[in-house]
Amino acid sequence: MAENPPKKSSIAALVFAWAFALSPLLWGVFQTLKKAAALFR
Amino acid sequence: MPEPSFLARERTVAEPGYNRWLVPPAALAVHLCIGQAYSLSVFSLPMSRLLGVTDPAPGDWPMTTTVWMFNLAFAALGASAFIWGKWLERVGPRRAMFVAALCFASGFFIAAAGISLHRLPLLYAGFVVYGVGLGLGYISPVSTLIKWFPDRPGMATGMAIMGFGGGALIGAPLAQNLMDHFKTASSVGVAPTFVTMGILYFLFMTFGVVTVRVPPPDYCPERYSPPTSTEKLVTTANVTADEAIKTRQFWLLWAVLCLNVTAGIGVLSQASPMIQEMFQGRVNAGAAAGFVGFISIFNLLGRFFWSSVSDYLGRKATYTVYFALGTALYCLVPTLGRLGSITFFVGAFGIIFTMYGGGFATIPAYLRDIFGVLQVGAIHGRLLTAWSVAAIVGPTLLTYLRQYQVAHGVAKTEAYTATMYIMAGLLVVGLVCNTLVTAVDERRHVKG
Repeated sequence: MAENPPKKSSIAALVFAWAFALSPLLWGVFQTLKKAAALFR
Repeated sequence: MPEPSFLARERTVAEPGYNRWLVPPAALAVHLCIGQAYSLSVFSLPMSRLLGVTDPAPGDWPMTTTVWMFNLAFAALGASAFIWGKWLERVGPRRAMFVAALCFASGFFIAAAGISLHRLPLLYAGFVVYGVGLGLGYISPVSTLIKWFPDRPGMATGMAIMGFGGGALIGAPLAQNLMDHFKTASSVGVAPTFVTMGILYFLFMTFGVVTVRVPPPDYCPERYSPPTSTEKLVTTANVTADEAIKTRQFWLLWAVLCLNVTAGIGVLSQASPMIQEMFQGRVNAGAAAGFVGFISIFNLLGRFFWSSVSDYLGRKATYTVYFALGTALYCLVPTLGRLGSITFFVGAFGIIFTMYGGGFATIPAYLRDIFGVLQVGAIHGRLLTAWSVAAIVGPTLLTYLRQYQVAHGVAKTEAYTATMYIMAGLLVVGLVCNTLVTAVDERRHVKG
């Protein structure tokens, strides 16, 4: 594999992938928490 | 020789140095989308007045009719996971995720056509196709994640299955916002909402299709040494899917999943009326919706937390905790209701729902421990029929028991007492089934 050296995935790719996948989830959790707050008012 | 298709398994094998932490977001992207299925009830009311818009009109579909779209979708989930599990293992996760995305989005489009033309069979057909997308999407990343994370299989699959729990948290407000946007004086806006969601979800799932990778055949994470001999209940051998369903262990785990889900899904289906009736005058409809949202978040968190804990505790011990602690909490709920403590009541259900979610998220790793990694996705697909059964039995059981109690003169505040004890009883049976799980006989192992 000498002619094909290991290619390290960049930190940027990791950050993008996780941010892309988690951002809608965080939006959904925030929307739900706003609703859940009514329970303790 | 022509280059294999972009969707082919050979094109998904990771190059040296590939960071395995890029795979869970791909799985999450698919599960966050298909988890929308948990929020289908947000369409129930608008779909009961498609013609009348403000009120149901003659010719409008009653809720008892549209509820079948939910049932059909979950039946198709179980059936497709069962039927196409082995195909999925053969063709790899990318093609399976792509077909799942196509089916999931097409289901929305066909259902939208059914609504526009007001043809019920077309609506149902749409939700069957949608359900096939659910089944394929649910199991497609499981074996890939287990192969990438042999050192932490519980945590890895927990991350993906956490997405399914989170899907409802996104799907419900998204659908509500879209319906508010598309509604007019002559339309409730469900059909364009379906089309928009189909497009959005397809694009989001495509992210998973493009980024998913399978590890090279000889992959081993750094600083991880595979077990050299079979540990108790963690095998290094493999059992095929066809052979697995002939074992006692498969059916015990089927019962474990079914019983854990039956208790949770029953409560989930009645959570809003239950808290309003147990705390009459203190919890209104808005606060009850908050309660449903609250337990959904705990369901989500439990999927990651418990599946990760299972990597340290062991799968059998983790399910023992689910069943033992769950039994104690279900028995405690009527007392908390009588004491009038909303905070403790909500807290108890919060813990119960972490374990409900945890039950889903821990089962793939349990299957890997018992049957090996070779066809774990296909075996998981077959086990998901337990979920389909629980999705019908749980809500029916809880609704029927409540009605029976009320019809026999039990006050509504007390109508759930017996139900909670019965749910606790289901968990005791689950505990016994889990205790009986042992290693698979070596004669079942794949030779060579």
